[in-house]
Amino acid sequence: MRQIIDFFVRNKNFILFLTLFSFSLIMIFSNSSYHNSLALNSTNSFTAKVYNSSNSITSYFNLRNENNELVKENTILKEIIFNSKFNYDSLKYNVFDSKIIKNSYSFNNNYLTIDKGLSDSITEDMGVVSNKGVIGITDRVSNSYSRVISILNTKLNLNAKLKKSNHFGVLNWDGMSFSSIQLKDLPKQSPVSIGDTIITGGNSFIFPEGILIGEVSSYKLDETQNYIEIEVDLFNDMTDIKNVYIIKNNHLEELKELNE
Amino acid sequence: MNKLTSNIFTAIFLIITQVIIFNNINLFGYLNPFVYIVFIIYYPIKNDRIFFIFISFLMGLVIDVFSDTLGLHAAASVTIAYLRPIFLKISFGQAYIYQVIKFKNIDLKDKLIYISLLSIVHHVVLFSLEIFNFSKTLFVLEKSFISSIFTITACILFSYLFKTNER
Repeated sequence: MRQIIDFFVRNKNFILFLTLFSFSLIMIFSNSSYHNSLALNSTNSFTAKVYNSSNSITSYFNLRNENNELVKENTILKEIIFNSKFNYDSLKYNVFDSKIIKNSYSFNNNYLTIDKGLSDSITEDMGVVSNKGVIGITDRVSNSYSRVISILNTKLNLNAKLKKSNHFGVLNWDGMSFSSIQLKDLPKQSPVSIGDTIITGGNSFIFPEGILIGEVSSYKLDETQNYIEIEVDLFNDMTDIKNVYIIKNNHLEELKELNE
Repeated sequence: MNKLTSNIFTAIFLIITQVIIFNNINLFGYLNPFVYIVFIIYYPIKNDRIFFIFISFLMGLVIDVFSDTLGLHAAASVTIAYLRPIFLKISFGQAYIYQVIKFKNIDLKDKLIYISLLSIVHHVVLFSLEIFNFSKTLFVLEKSFISSIFTITACILFSYLFKTNER
């Protein structure tokens, strides 16, 4: 008994190191609900406040560019409205505006933080887009902030398709370059050519069909020789985004019930 | 100023600068210096090791919470905090064994070796856990090596900043 105690006393540094190191490994590799409830992410009130106050200073730096982008977008939207019959009461999707207060793109699994949360009726699993295309999906929501899984995250799979045909595949990032993303499992017979536009597919409950993603920069057959793998250049510059829109699908409950 | 309070202030200062400034540098798109390890590098040598390892873990965890990389920085920080005596022995030799070194008055060459060892180990642990894919070993090494150069430069600059503060 004495020897055992001696052993622990002698190696107490190593044991502490091993415990803390394995504790961090558990945190890295587990997705359990326990850790989700710990609020150890950038939406908890303290960290979000820090980001919000630093953002309130830095957001002045590129106001001019942001304004130009928004004006351009408004003109396009006006054109669409004038050319269509519009009925506000029976909308399938609601759109909320929001600002990014923390962006990241240098890791393998990137997350963004935006300044809208539960109190603005944002919930988990809502799509986030900018005027140029898809940004990500909301993941964790606190009272006034939410965390968004960026499309530059190796854990995120999205349904996407070619604009000119209905062949669809799975969009997933390989973690290498932040300006391109990979579209896999597209059937061999789909008519791909370089420069084709990739948009979100209609098979997703989160995004409406037809939101822009990017254009084909190169493609090849994968190992099974049955599917095409496409390298997609993103329309969005993920390093320079500020204003985003959150899409709420009003038919989500109904669709989920149907699939249960 | 009391040593404990000054350490706490340094830690808070480093966390804030890391999170707000250095996490957003993104040189060539993916390179960020991890300057917060200055805290582990310059922590007083005569210390309670248990407390030091634990405080380094906490430091990493706080950085993790801010950058949504739960566990990554904590694992890397606790590793270099545990291995620090070995690196001290390698880079300072006799001086460390007789406990006579002070970070203020060691020459740049020894300091450079010491900082490089710590930051390279930190970055290798960090990036191999982050990417966690054997087929990308080369990419991991490349990324850790290039980021280390960046971190080392920033750490040396930071050490001069603190020197002027102490006088």
